[in-house]
Amino acid sequence: MSDDIMATFTEILTEDFDIPADEVTRDASFEGLGLDSLDVVDLTLALEEKTGITLEDDELEDVVTVGDAVDLAASKQE
Amino acid sequence: MTDVVITGRGIICPAGRGVADAWQGILSAKSAAAPHPTFTTDDTPVTLVCQAPEFDPDAEFGRGTSRRLDRYTHLAMVAAAEALADAGLLADGDDAAFGGGLVDEVDRDRVGMLLGSGIGGAETWASEYPNYLERGPRRVSPMFIPKMLSNTAAGVLSMRSGARGPNMTVNTACAAGASAMHIGRDLIRSGQADLVIAGGVEAGITGLAMSAFAQMGALTKNDDPGSASRPFDVDRDGFVMGEGAGIVVLERAADAEARGATIHGRLVGAGASADAHHMTAPPEDGGGAILSMQRALADAGFDPGDIDHINAHGTSTPLNDKTEARAVREVFGDHRPALASTKGVTGHLLGAAGAVEAIFALQSIATDTVPATANTATVDPEIDADVVIDAARSQPVGAVMSNSFGFGGQNASLVFTA
Repeated sequence: MSDDIMATFTEILTEDFDIPADEVTRDASFEGLGLDSLDVVDLTLALEEKTGITLEDDELEDVVTVGDAVDLAASKQE
Repeated sequence: MTDVVITGRGIICPAGRGVADAWQGILSAKSAAAPHPTFTTDDTPVTLVCQAPEFDPDAEFGRGTSRRLDRYTHLAMVAAAEALADAGLLADGDDAAFGGGLVDEVDRDRVGMLLGSGIGGAETWASEYPNYLERGPRRVSPMFIPKMLSNTAAGVLSMRSGARGPNMTVNTACAAGASAMHIGRDLIRSGQADLVIAGGVEAGITGLAMSAFAQMGALTKNDDPGSASRPFDVDRDGFVMGEGAGIVVLERAADAEARGATIHGRLVGAGASADAHHMTAPPEDGGGAILSMQRALADAGFDPGDIDHINAHGTSTPLNDKTEARAVREVFGDHRPALASTKGVTGHLLGAAGAVEAIFALQSIATDTVPATANTATVDPEIDADVVIDAARSQPVGAVMSNSFGFGGQNASLVFTA
Protein backbone atom coordinates (compact mmCIF):
# COMPACT_ATOMS: atom_id res chain seq x y z
CA MET A 1 0.00 0.00 0.00
CA SER A 2 1.56 3.26 -1.09
CA ASP A 3 -0.22 5.14 1.78
CA ASP A 4 1.58 2.92 4.28
CA ILE A 5 4.88 3.45 2.48
CA MET A 6 4.33 7.21 2.43
CA ALA A 7 3.69 7.03 6.18
CA THR A 8 6.92 5.09 6.67
CA PHE A 9 8.94 7.63 4.65
CA THR A 10 7.37 10.43 6.66
CA GLU A 11 8.26 8.67 9.90
CA ILE A 12 11.90 8.20 8.87
CA LEU A 13 12.29 11.73 7.50
CA THR A 14 10.81 13.37 10.59
CA GLU A 15 12.46 11.16 13.21
CA ASP A 16 15.91 10.51 11.75
CA PHE A 17 16.40 13.54 9.53
CA ASP A 18 14.65 16.15 11.67
CA ILE A 19 12.44 17.34 8.79
CA PRO A 20 9.12 18.93 9.80
CA ALA A 21 6.24 16.59 8.91
CA ASP A 22 4.39 19.26 6.92
CA GLU A 23 7.35 19.52 4.52
CA VAL A 24 7.23 15.82 3.70
CA THR A 25 4.86 15.72 0.72
CA ARG A 26 4.81 13.57 -2.43
CA ASP A 27 6.02 16.55 -4.46
CA ALA A 28 8.92 17.47 -2.16
CA SER A 29 12.31 16.71 -3.69
CA PHE A 30 14.92 15.05 -1.50
CA GLU A 31 17.35 17.79 -2.47
CA GLY A 32 14.82 20.41 -1.39
CA LEU A 33 14.47 18.64 1.95
CA GLY A 34 18.23 18.97 2.42
CA LEU A 35 19.14 15.32 1.74
CA ASP A 36 22.25 14.52 -0.27
CA SER A 37 22.94 11.26 -2.10
CA LEU A 38 24.38 9.63 1.03
CA ASP A 39 21.26 10.57 2.97
CA VAL A 40 19.08 8.97 0.30
CA VAL A 41 21.01 5.69 0.59
CA ASP A 42 20.72 5.96 4.37
CA LEU A 43 16.99 6.52 3.97
CA THR A 44 16.58 3.41 1.82
CA LEU A 45 18.39 1.32 4.45
CA ALA A 46 15.94 2.61 7.05
CA LEU A 47 13.06 1.77 4.70
CA GLU A 48 14.40 -1.75 4.22
CA GLU A 49 14.70 -2.13 7.98
CA LYS A 50 11.07 -1.17 8.52
CA THR A 51 9.37 -2.76 5.49
CA GLY A 52 11.74 -5.33 3.99
CA ILE A 53 11.60 -3.47 0.67
CA THR A 54 15.01 -3.09 -0.96
CA LEU A 55 15.68 -0.23 -3.37
CA GLU A 56 18.77 -0.77 -5.54
CA ASP A 57 21.28 1.97 -6.35
CA ASP A 58 20.48 1.97 -10.08
CA GLU A 59 16.77 2.24 -9.34
CA LEU A 60 17.38 5.37 -7.31
CA GLU A 61 18.92 7.25 -10.23
CA ASP A 62 15.52 8.51 -11.44
CA VAL A 63 14.18 9.22 -7.96
CA VAL A 64 13.88 12.96 -7.37
CA THR A 65 10.84 13.42 -5.14
CA VAL A 66 9.40 11.61 -2.15
CA GLY A 67 6.54 10.50 -4.43
CA ASP A 68 9.03 8.91 -6.85
CA ALA A 69 10.51 6.88 -4.01
CA VAL A 70 7.09 5.90 -2.63
CA ASP A 71 5.92 4.71 -6.07
CA LEU A 72 9.14 2.77 -6.65
CA ALA A 73 8.85 1.09 -3.25
CA ALA A 74 5.15 0.33 -3.84
CA SER A 75 5.96 -1.27 -7.22
CA LYS A 76 8.59 -3.48 -5.57
CA GLN A 77 6.11 -4.55 -2.92
CA GLU A 78 3.54 -5.76 -5.44
CA MET B 1 58.80 36.28 16.68
CA THR B 2 55.04 36.79 16.54
CA ASP B 3 53.50 36.68 20.00
CA VAL B 4 50.60 34.17 19.90
CA VAL B 5 47.98 34.33 22.64
CA ILE B 6 44.99 32.26 23.73
CA THR B 7 41.72 34.19 23.67
CA GLY B 8 39.22 31.34 23.85
CA ARG B 9 39.04 28.05 25.77
CA GLY B 10 36.53 25.23 25.73
CA ILE B 11 36.48 21.90 27.56
CA ILE B 12 34.28 18.90 27.93
CA CYS B 13 36.05 16.19 29.91
CA PRO B 14 35.45 13.84 32.83
CA ALA B 15 36.29 16.66 35.28
CA GLY B 16 33.41 18.77 33.95
CA ARG B 17 31.82 20.55 31.04
CA GLY B 18 33.04 24.10 30.59
CA VAL B 19 36.39 25.48 31.74
CA ALA B 20 35.08 26.70 35.11
CA ASP B 21 33.45 23.38 36.05
CA ALA B 22 36.33 21.28 34.77
CA TRP B 23 38.86 23.34 36.74
CA GLN B 24 36.70 23.00 39.88
CA GLY B 25 36.71 19.26 39.22
CA ILE B 26 40.51 19.28 39.02
CA LEU B 27 40.84 21.29 42.25
CA SER B 28 38.41 18.94 44.01
CA ALA B 29 40.97 16.18 43.35
CA LYS B 30 38.10 13.69 43.13
CA SER B 31 38.55 11.06 40.46
CA ALA B 32 35.89 10.99 37.75
CA ALA B 33 36.40 7.25 37.34
CA ALA B 34 33.32 5.04 37.58
CA PRO B 35 32.33 1.56 36.43
CA HIS B 36 31.05 1.57 32.85
CA PRO B 37 27.40 0.49 32.66
CA THR B 38 27.86 -2.21 30.01
CA PHE B 39 31.46 -3.29 30.56
CA THR B 40 30.39 -4.50 34.00
CA THR B 41 27.94 -6.99 32.43
CA ASP B 42 30.05 -8.38 29.59
CA ASP B 43 33.56 -9.82 29.60
CA THR B 44 35.43 -6.52 29.18
CA PRO B 45 38.49 -7.11 31.35
CA VAL B 46 38.61 -3.56 32.79
CA THR B 47 35.40 -1.78 33.72
CA LEU B 48 36.54 1.53 35.21
CA VAL B 49 36.37 4.53 32.84
CA CYS B 50 36.31 8.32 33.03
CA GLN B 51 33.38 9.52 30.93
CA ALA B 52 32.55 13.08 29.94
CA PRO B 53 29.47 14.54 31.69
CA GLU B 54 26.29 13.28 30.10
CA PHE B 55 24.77 15.40 27.35
CA ASP B 56 22.12 14.82 24.72
CA PRO B 57 23.51 15.49 21.22
CA ASP B 58 20.04 15.09 19.67
CA ALA B 59 18.75 17.91 21.86
CA GLU B 60 21.83 20.10 21.41
CA PHE B 61 22.44 19.72 17.68
CA GLY B 62 19.16 18.28 16.39
CA ARG B 63 18.72 14.61 15.57
CA GLY B 64 19.27 15.19 11.86
CA THR B 65 22.78 16.49 12.59
CA SER B 66 23.76 14.39 15.57
CA ARG B 67 23.02 11.01 13.94
CA ARG B 68 25.35 11.85 11.06
CA LEU B 69 28.28 12.44 13.43
CA ASP B 70 30.33 10.28 15.76
CA ARG B 71 30.54 11.03 19.47
CA TYR B 72 34.05 12.42 19.05
CA THR B 73 32.72 15.12 16.71
CA HIS B 74 29.91 15.90 19.17
CA LEU B 75 32.53 16.48 21.88
CA ALA B 76 34.58 18.70 19.56
CA MET B 77 31.48 20.78 18.76
CA VAL B 78 30.73 21.32 22.44
CA ALA B 79 34.30 22.43 23.24
CA ALA B 80 34.61 24.58 20.10
CA ALA B 81 31.37 26.42 20.80
CA GLU B 82 32.58 27.30 24.29
CA ALA B 83 36.02 28.38 23.02
CA LEU B 84 34.55 30.61 20.29
CA ALA B 85 32.03 32.15 22.69
CA ASP B 86 34.84 32.73 25.22
CA ALA B 87 36.82 34.52 22.50
CA GLY B 88 33.83 36.67 21.59
CA LEU B 89 33.82 35.21 18.08
CA LEU B 90 30.55 33.29 18.08
CA ALA B 91 27.66 34.76 16.16
CA ASP B 92 24.23 34.36 17.75
CA GLY B 93 25.54 34.12 21.31
CA ASP B 94 26.40 30.98 23.21
CA ASP B 95 24.92 28.34 20.97
CA ALA B 96 26.35 24.85 21.43
CA ALA B 97 25.75 24.04 17.77
CA PHE B 98 27.18 27.40 16.62
CA GLY B 99 25.15 27.12 13.45
CA GLY B 100 25.40 30.90 13.11
CA GLY B 101 29.14 30.70 12.53
CA LEU B 102 31.69 33.36 13.32
CA VAL B 103 31.07 37.04 13.90
CA ASP B 104 31.28 39.24 10.79
CA GLU B 105 34.45 41.06 11.91
CA VAL B 106 36.43 37.87 11.33
CA ASP B 107 37.88 37.14 7.88
CA ARG B 108 36.78 33.50 7.63
CA ASP B 109 39.34 32.78 4.91
CA ARG B 110 42.07 33.54 7.44
CA VAL B 111 40.71 31.27 10.21
CA GLY B 112 42.59 27.97 10.42
CA MET B 113 41.75 24.75 12.23
CA LEU B 114 44.13 22.24 13.75
CA LEU B 115 42.62 19.34 15.66
CA GLY B 116 44.33 16.32 17.12
CA SER B 117 42.76 12.92 17.54
CA GLY B 118 44.38 9.58 18.16
CA ILE B 119 41.54 7.41 16.89
CA GLY B 120 38.69 9.41 15.37
CA GLY B 121 35.25 7.82 15.24
CA ALA B 122 35.92 4.81 17.44
CA GLU B 123 32.26 4.14 18.32
CA THR B 124 31.30 4.22 14.67
CA TRP B 125 33.96 1.60 13.84
CA ALA B 126 32.90 -0.53 16.78
CA SER B 127 29.20 -0.50 15.88
CA GLU B 128 29.41 -0.70 12.10
CA TYR B 129 31.87 -3.57 11.67
CA PRO B 130 29.61 -6.12 13.42
CA ASN B 131 26.77 -4.83 11.25
CA TYR B 132 28.87 -5.64 8.17
CA LEU B 133 29.85 -9.08 9.47
CA GLU B 134 26.41 -10.12 10.68
CA ARG B 135 24.13 -8.55 8.09
CA GLY B 136 26.38 -8.18 5.09
CA PRO B 137 27.78 -5.49 2.82
CA ARG B 138 24.33 -4.31 1.74
CA ARG B 139 23.55 -3.16 5.28
CA VAL B 140 26.66 -1.02 5.76
CA SER B 141 25.74 2.59 6.45
CA PRO B 142 26.75 5.13 3.80
CA MET B 143 27.55 7.39 6.76
CA PHE B 144 30.26 5.06 8.08
CA ILE B 145 33.25 6.71 6.35
CA PRO B 146 32.22 10.34 6.91
CA LYS B 147 31.41 9.59 10.57
CA MET B 148 34.57 7.70 11.50
CA LEU B 149 37.33 9.57 9.64
CA SER B 150 39.72 11.18 12.10
CA ASN B 151 39.58 14.48 10.19
CA THR B 152 35.78 14.71 10.33
CA ALA B 153 35.66 16.82 13.49
CA ALA B 154 37.91 19.50 11.95
CA GLY B 155 35.92 19.38 8.73
CA VAL B 156 32.59 19.70 10.54
CA LEU B 157 33.87 22.62 12.63
CA SER B 158 34.87 24.43 9.44
CA MET B 159 31.42 23.81 7.93
CA ARG B 160 29.64 25.08 11.01
CA SER B 161 31.91 28.08 11.63
CA GLY B 162 32.57 29.00 8.01
CA ALA B 163 36.34 28.99 8.65
CA ARG B 164 38.13 28.50 5.32
CA GLY B 165 41.78 28.82 6.37
CA PRO B 166 44.20 25.87 6.48
CA ASN B 167 42.33 22.97 8.09
CA MET B 168 44.06 19.82 9.28
CA THR B 169 44.02 16.95 11.72
CA VAL B 170 47.24 15.82 13.33
CA ASN B 171 47.74 12.43 14.90
CA THR B 172 50.54 11.88 17.38
CA ALA B 173 48.34 9.55 19.46
CA CYS B 174 48.29 10.77 23.07
CA ALA B 175 50.25 13.92 22.14
CA ALA B 176 47.82 14.95 19.37
CA GLY B 177 46.10 17.78 21.26
CA ALA B 178 49.44 19.40 22.07
CA SER B 179 50.80 18.83 18.55
CA ALA B 180 47.73 20.55 17.12
CA MET B 181 48.35 23.63 19.25
CA HIS B 182 52.02 23.63 18.25
CA ILE B 183 51.27 23.49 14.51
CA GLY B 184 48.32 25.86 14.90
CA ARG B 185 50.54 28.45 16.50
CA ASP B 186 53.08 28.05 13.72
CA LEU B 187 50.40 28.64 11.07
CA ILE B 188 49.92 32.06 12.65
CA ARG B 189 53.66 32.71 13.01
CA SER B 190 54.26 31.81 9.37
CA GLY B 191 51.47 34.09 8.21
CA GLN B 192 49.21 31.35 6.85
CA ALA B 193 46.36 32.23 9.19
CA ASP B 194 45.31 35.12 11.42
CA LEU B 195 43.42 33.02 13.88
CA VAL B 196 43.49 29.27 14.56
CA ILE B 197 40.99 27.07 16.35
CA ALA B 198 43.19 24.33 17.81
CA GLY B 199 42.82 21.43 20.17
CA GLY B 200 42.30 17.74 20.66
CA VAL B 201 39.38 15.37 20.88
CA GLU B 202 38.87 11.69 21.68
CA ALA B 203 35.93 9.41 22.32
CA GLY B 204 37.46 5.95 22.37
CA ILE B 205 35.63 4.27 25.23
CA THR B 206 34.48 1.16 23.40
CA GLY B 207 34.65 -2.46 24.50
CA LEU B 208 37.08 -3.11 21.66
CA ALA B 209 39.54 -0.36 22.64
CA MET B 210 39.22 -1.17 26.35
CA SER B 211 39.97 -4.83 25.66
CA ALA B 212 42.94 -3.94 23.46
CA PHE B 213 44.48 -1.52 25.97
CA ALA B 214 43.89 -4.10 28.70
CA GLN B 215 45.62 -6.81 26.64
CA MET B 216 48.61 -4.47 26.32
CA GLY B 217 48.71 -4.12 30.09
CA ALA B 218 48.25 -0.36 29.73
CA LEU B 219 45.07 -0.08 31.84
CA THR B 220 45.00 -0.28 35.62
CA LYS B 221 43.59 -3.47 37.12
CA ASN B 222 42.58 -1.49 40.19
CA ASP B 223 38.79 -1.08 40.23
CA ASP B 224 38.66 1.43 43.09
CA PRO B 225 37.89 4.86 41.58
CA GLY B 226 39.67 6.54 44.48
CA SER B 227 43.04 5.00 43.69
CA ALA B 228 42.93 3.60 40.14
CA SER B 229 44.49 6.56 38.31
CA ARG B 230 47.34 7.66 40.62
CA PRO B 231 50.17 9.21 38.64
CA PHE B 232 53.65 8.87 40.16
CA ASP B 233 52.33 6.72 43.03
CA VAL B 234 54.46 3.78 44.07
CA ASP B 235 51.49 1.44 43.51
CA ARG B 236 50.35 2.83 40.13
CA ASP B 237 49.65 0.07 37.63
CA GLY B 238 48.13 1.65 34.52
CA PHE B 239 45.84 4.36 33.24
CA VAL B 240 42.07 4.79 33.33
CA MET B 241 40.53 5.34 29.91
CA GLY B 242 38.95 8.77 29.48
CA GLU B 243 37.34 10.86 26.76
CA GLY B 244 36.78 14.52 26.02
CA ALA B 245 37.75 17.56 24.01
CA GLY B 246 39.77 20.69 24.64
CA ILE B 247 39.82 23.52 22.14
CA VAL B 248 41.45 26.95 22.19
CA VAL B 249 41.42 30.02 19.99
CA LEU B 250 44.91 31.22 19.06
CA GLU B 251 45.64 34.62 17.55
CA ARG B 252 48.31 37.29 17.33
CA ALA B 253 48.63 39.31 20.53
CA ALA B 254 48.36 42.52 18.53
CA ASP B 255 45.08 41.38 16.90
CA ALA B 256 43.63 40.30 20.23
CA GLU B 257 44.51 43.62 21.81
CA ALA B 258 43.12 45.56 18.87
CA ARG B 259 39.73 43.86 19.13
CA GLY B 260 39.68 44.10 22.91
CA ALA B 261 39.69 40.35 23.49
CA THR B 262 40.55 38.89 26.89
CA ILE B 263 43.98 37.28 26.78
CA HIS B 264 44.07 34.05 28.80
CA GLY B 265 47.76 33.41 28.25
CA ARG B 266 50.53 33.04 25.72
CA LEU B 267 51.82 29.96 23.95
CA VAL B 268 55.49 30.96 24.07
CA GLY B 269 57.22 27.65 23.47
CA ALA B 270 56.59 24.42 21.64
CA GLY B 271 58.84 21.43 21.17
CA ALA B 272 58.37 18.09 19.43
CA SER B 273 60.49 14.97 19.08
CA ALA B 274 60.49 11.25 18.48
CA ASP B 275 61.95 8.52 20.68
CA ALA B 276 63.04 6.43 17.67
CA HIS B 277 62.92 3.53 20.07
CA HIS B 278 59.79 1.38 20.53
CA MET B 279 56.11 1.43 19.57
CA THR B 280 54.73 1.71 23.10
CA ALA B 281 57.62 1.95 25.59
CA PRO B 282 59.74 5.04 26.19
CA PRO B 283 63.55 4.62 26.24
CA GLU B 284 64.80 4.20 29.78
CA ASP B 285 66.81 7.43 29.67
CA GLY B 286 63.75 9.44 28.58
CA GLY B 287 65.53 10.49 25.36
CA GLY B 288 62.63 11.83 23.29
CA ALA B 289 60.90 13.46 26.23
CA ILE B 290 64.12 15.27 27.13
CA LEU B 291 64.41 16.59 23.59
CA SER B 292 60.82 17.85 23.39
CA MET B 293 61.14 19.68 26.72
CA GLN B 294 64.53 21.19 25.77
CA ARG B 295 63.18 22.29 22.40
CA ALA B 296 60.12 23.90 23.98
CA LEU B 297 62.36 25.82 26.39
CA ALA B 298 64.68 26.92 23.57
CA ASP B 299 61.71 27.96 21.45
CA ALA B 300 60.48 30.14 24.34
CA GLY B 301 63.99 31.49 24.95
CA PHE B 302 63.68 30.22 28.53
CA ASP B 303 66.12 28.65 30.95
CA PRO B 304 64.91 25.62 32.93
CA GLY B 305 64.72 27.85 36.01
CA ASP B 306 61.99 29.93 34.37
CA ILE B 307 59.43 27.09 34.59
CA ASP B 308 57.42 27.08 37.83
CA HIS B 309 55.14 24.12 37.19
CA ILE B 310 54.92 21.14 34.85
CA ASN B 311 51.52 19.70 33.97
CA ALA B 312 52.92 16.23 33.41
CA HIS B 313 51.84 13.63 30.91
CA GLY B 314 51.70 11.48 34.09
CA THR B 315 49.45 8.68 32.87
CA SER B 316 49.75 6.47 35.96
CA THR B 317 51.49 3.72 33.99
CA PRO B 318 54.64 2.37 35.65
CA LEU B 319 56.87 3.15 32.66
CA ASN B 320 55.62 6.58 31.58
CA ASP B 321 55.73 8.17 35.00
CA LYS B 322 59.18 6.86 35.91
CA THR B 323 60.65 7.86 32.55
CA GLU B 324 58.98 11.27 32.46
CA ALA B 325 60.26 12.09 35.94
CA ARG B 326 63.75 11.00 34.92
CA ALA B 327 63.57 13.21 31.83
CA VAL B 328 62.36 16.16 33.90
CA ARG B 329 65.27 15.65 36.28
CA GLU B 330 67.68 15.58 33.33
CA VAL B 331 66.28 18.79 31.80
CA PHE B 332 65.68 20.78 34.98
CA GLY B 333 68.45 19.49 37.24
CA ASP B 334 68.23 20.86 40.76
CA HIS B 335 65.55 23.34 39.78
CA ARG B 336 62.50 21.30 40.65
CA PRO B 337 59.32 22.68 39.09
CA ALA B 338 56.12 21.65 40.86
CA LEU B 339 55.11 18.50 39.00
CA ALA B 340 51.44 17.48 38.85
CA SER B 341 49.26 15.29 36.67
CA THR B 342 45.59 16.10 36.30
CA LYS B 343 44.97 12.55 35.03
CA GLY B 344 44.29 11.46 38.61
CA VAL B 345 40.93 13.18 38.12
CA THR B 346 40.32 12.86 34.38
CA GLY B 347 41.96 9.57 33.47
CA HIS B 348 43.79 9.53 30.17
CA LEU B 349 42.02 11.47 27.42
CA LEU B 350 44.43 10.19 24.73
CA GLY B 351 44.36 12.60 21.79
CA ALA B 352 42.45 15.20 23.80
CA ALA B 353 44.81 15.12 26.79
CA GLY B 354 47.37 17.66 25.57
CA ALA B 355 44.77 20.30 24.75
CA VAL B 356 42.66 19.86 27.88
CA GLU B 357 45.79 19.93 30.05
CA ALA B 358 47.06 23.05 28.24
CA ILE B 359 43.89 24.80 29.38
CA PHE B 360 44.48 23.55 32.95
CA ALA B 361 48.02 24.95 32.67
CA LEU B 362 46.52 28.35 31.78
CA GLN B 363 44.22 28.05 34.81
CA SER B 364 47.24 27.38 37.02
CA ILE B 365 48.84 30.58 35.75
CA ALA B 366 45.65 32.61 36.17
CA THR B 367 45.11 31.43 39.76
CA ASP B 368 48.71 30.86 40.94
CA THR B 369 47.73 27.32 41.85
CA VAL B 370 49.29 23.95 41.17
CA PRO B 371 46.59 21.28 41.43
CA ALA B 372 47.24 18.19 43.54
CA THR B 373 47.85 14.94 41.71
CA ALA B 374 44.63 13.21 42.75
CA ASN B 375 44.70 9.73 44.32
CA THR B 376 48.46 9.69 44.70
CA ALA B 377 49.28 8.76 48.30
CA THR B 378 52.95 7.79 48.24
CA VAL B 379 55.25 9.05 45.53
CA ASP B 380 57.35 6.26 44.05
CA PRO B 381 60.81 6.51 45.71
CA GLU B 382 62.32 5.99 42.27
CA ILE B 383 60.77 9.29 41.20
CA ASP B 384 63.03 12.19 42.09
CA ALA B 385 60.73 15.15 41.55
CA ASP B 386 58.61 17.66 43.46
CA VAL B 387 55.30 15.90 42.88
CA VAL B 388 52.36 17.89 44.27
CA ILE B 389 50.00 15.56 46.16
CA ASP B 390 47.40 15.78 48.97
CA ALA B 391 46.34 19.41 48.38
CA ALA B 392 46.59 22.04 45.68
CA ARG B 393 49.57 24.32 46.22
CA SER B 394 49.29 28.11 46.15
CA GLN B 395 52.48 29.48 44.66
CA PRO B 396 53.48 31.99 42.00
CA VAL B 397 52.98 30.34 38.59
CA GLY B 398 54.48 32.50 35.87
CA ALA B 399 55.33 29.82 33.32
CA VAL B 400 54.04 26.28 32.90
CA MET B 401 55.23 23.43 30.73
CA SER B 402 52.66 20.86 29.58
CA ASN B 403 53.97 17.48 28.43
CA SER B 404 52.26 14.96 26.16
CA PHE B 405 53.80 11.72 24.90
CA GLY B 406 52.19 9.43 22.35
CA PHE B 407 52.52 5.81 21.29
CA GLY B 408 54.94 5.59 18.43
CA GLY B 409 57.33 7.60 20.59
CA GLN B 410 55.94 10.96 19.49
CA ASN B 411 56.45 13.71 22.03
CA ALA B 412 55.18 17.26 22.47
CA SER B 413 55.91 19.92 25.10
CA LEU B 414 54.26 23.33 25.28
CA VAL B 415 55.22 26.35 27.39
CA PHE B 416 52.63 28.91 28.49
CA THR B 417 52.90 32.24 30.29
CA ALA B 418 50.34 34.82 31.42
